Amino acid sequence: MKEIVVLSGKGGTGKTSIVGSFAALAKDKVLADCDVDAADLHLLLQPVAREKQEFWSGQAAQIDSQKCIQCGLCQEMCRFEAIKDFKVDSVSCEGCGFCAHLCPVQAIALRENMAGHWFISDTRYGPLVHARLGIAQENSGKLVALVRQQARELAEKQGSSLIISDGPPGIGCPVISSLSGASLAVLVTEPTLSGIHDMERVLGVCRHFGVPAMACINKCDSNDYNTYQIVRYCHSQNVEVAAQIPFDNTVTEAMIQGLPVVEYRQNDVSRQINVLWETITGRLTN
Amino acid sequence: MIISIASGKGGTGKTLVATSLALSLKENTRVQLLDCDVEEPNDHIFLKPIISESQAVCIPTPKVDEAKCTYCGRCAEICAYHAIVVFPKTALVFAPLCHGCGACSYLCPEKAISEENREIGVVEWGHSDGIQFVQGRLNVGEAMAVPVIRAVKARTSHDGIAIIDVSPGTSCPVVESVKGSDFCLLVTEPTPFGLNDLALAVETVRMLKIPCGVVVNRAGVGDEKVEEYCRKEDIPILLTIPLDTSIAHLCSQGIPLVEGKPEWKDSFLRLFDAIGEMVNERDCSPKR
Ligand code: SF4
Ligand code: SF4
Ligand code: SF4
Ligand code: SF4
Repeated sequence: MKEIVVLSGKGGTGKTSIVGSFAALAKDKVLADCDVDAADLHLLLQPVAREKQEFWSGQAAQIDSQKCIQCGLCQEMCRFEAIKDFKVDSVSCEGCGFCAHLCPVQAIALRENMAGHWFISDTRYGPLVHARLGIAQENSGKLVALVRQQARELAEKQGSSLIISDGPPGIGCPVISSLSGASLAVLVTEPTLSGIHDMERVLGVCRHFGVPAMACINKCDSNDYNTYQIVRYCHSQNVEVAAQIPFDNTVTEAMIQGLPVVEYRQNDVSRQINVLWETITGRLTN
Repeated sequence: MIISIASGKGGTGKTLVATSLALSLKENTRVQLLDCDVEEPNDHIFLKPIISESQAVCIPTPKVDEAKCTYCGRCAEICAYHAIVVFPKTALVFAPLCHGCGACSYLCPEKAISEENREIGVVEWGHSDGIQFVQGRLNVGEAMAVPVIRAVKARTSHDGIAIIDVSPGTSCPVVESVKGSDFCLLVTEPTPFGLNDLALAVETVRMLKIPCGVVVNRAGVGDEKVEEYCRKEDIPILLTIPLDTSIAHLCSQGIPLVEGKPEWKDSFLRLFDAIGEMVNERDCSPKR
């Protein structure tokens, strides 16, 4: 089973539009939206939920004020300053449980947190596993891991050999969760100074976890000099630049129609995405 | 006053707004810009600050003294993050999973655990042409952004205006960054993705009970749905920046908007005045 993860270091580079197009181009696959914090892929794929499950994760301490003798030990020892006036601020609480172990009268209990939902849905391009993390919840890394695991099980069950995931932004825990053990990372970048900077960092994460990477420069004609810099950088890092996609407002128009670009219109953008897809499949079968 | 700048998702122009707002205000007020997007800090690309000092951000991580350890397994039982595993003859710590809560070292019956500082990132500060500048950087391969964000925020100056550039999303790093702000500015684009992410960001700031307003960037690129949403939710649109290739070109070169196009300075000053009014109104209104 092969799994490709599309990453960008930061949102807004057109990653999701590209994944949406891959969904239309790839045959026999399972799709996974690992951007559980601000998932957008559903806007293009219009999934119909087949299964909806709760995601329970992390814990938060709760003090039983009936039992508490206000000794103050828990507030003193909590390193996350989550306890004040014998009450737990659940936003700051890391759920480490230290306080519950310490309390001399067992007034503290940890309760599981319902942190969101995950779904298995049908789309016109095949099944999609996606999730929705509750507002201000932590452990998006754990939810990403769950989405990937479900996508894997589903792929095995239906005999698909490919998983395409839309990755989360950043380089922190959700990205790490979406990368470990993946076959290929596709890095979508833009020719801006921040784009170059973000790409260097996300490539660092791929290297750290031993996942091979390939690059795609989106809106490549918006700054030729920076595009050239990215190409040079990738070359120096032995990372193939598989496609250069020009800026075109049809990407947004397609988004408004809720369609992947490759289905919405045949133009340079869709042609480059096709090239990208062919290069990826070539790399995967080798 | 603390103003945070968030967006639900990256790439909407948050950095453009944060840097231009700071640059517009600096002539008349003390301004500090704190880049809390520690996974991908970008403000420095625009402001080119001179970094004068830096400090490692560390979390205490346990170290087991095998001479004292009886392999009783208590620490492994206690650790909520499974960062310690005890075998019959060894106790292993998986540092990247450890949150540094201190429970294991305190509760080990043999006092066999001591703590060592482990660096997970860095906080740097300095100045850029009259703006005080602070940023955090999470080390590559590290999972926990929040301690680095806390270290950046610990340097917030309460004298003058502090502008906080927030990371994308709606999860713990965003909450940690936005918490304590007097106002949150949400930057979005008029597209279905922009709207979807904006609605999530609005939910987040509402949960934190922080007043908010919207900046629409790349106006003209998409549809009217963001405006409709703001009207329905009673959220003011405080600034609209049109889709303009010359603006995009400035951004791609790391040139702040108000530097490349000084005529925008007035718009940012008006934006700030509008924020000031909304914050004052709230302070004056009777506590509910
Ligand atoms: S569980 Fe940990 S973080 Fe939460 S209140 Fe208790 S000691 Fe603090
Ligand atoms: S340790 Fe227990 S008894 Fe003491 S203040 Fe905390 S909750 Fe109350
Ligand atoms: S609790 Fe202390 S003695 Fe027991 S296994 Fe852990 S380190 Fe060793
Ligand atoms: S300090 Fe806390 S998180 Fe770290 S290993 Fe010990 S119990 Fe686990």
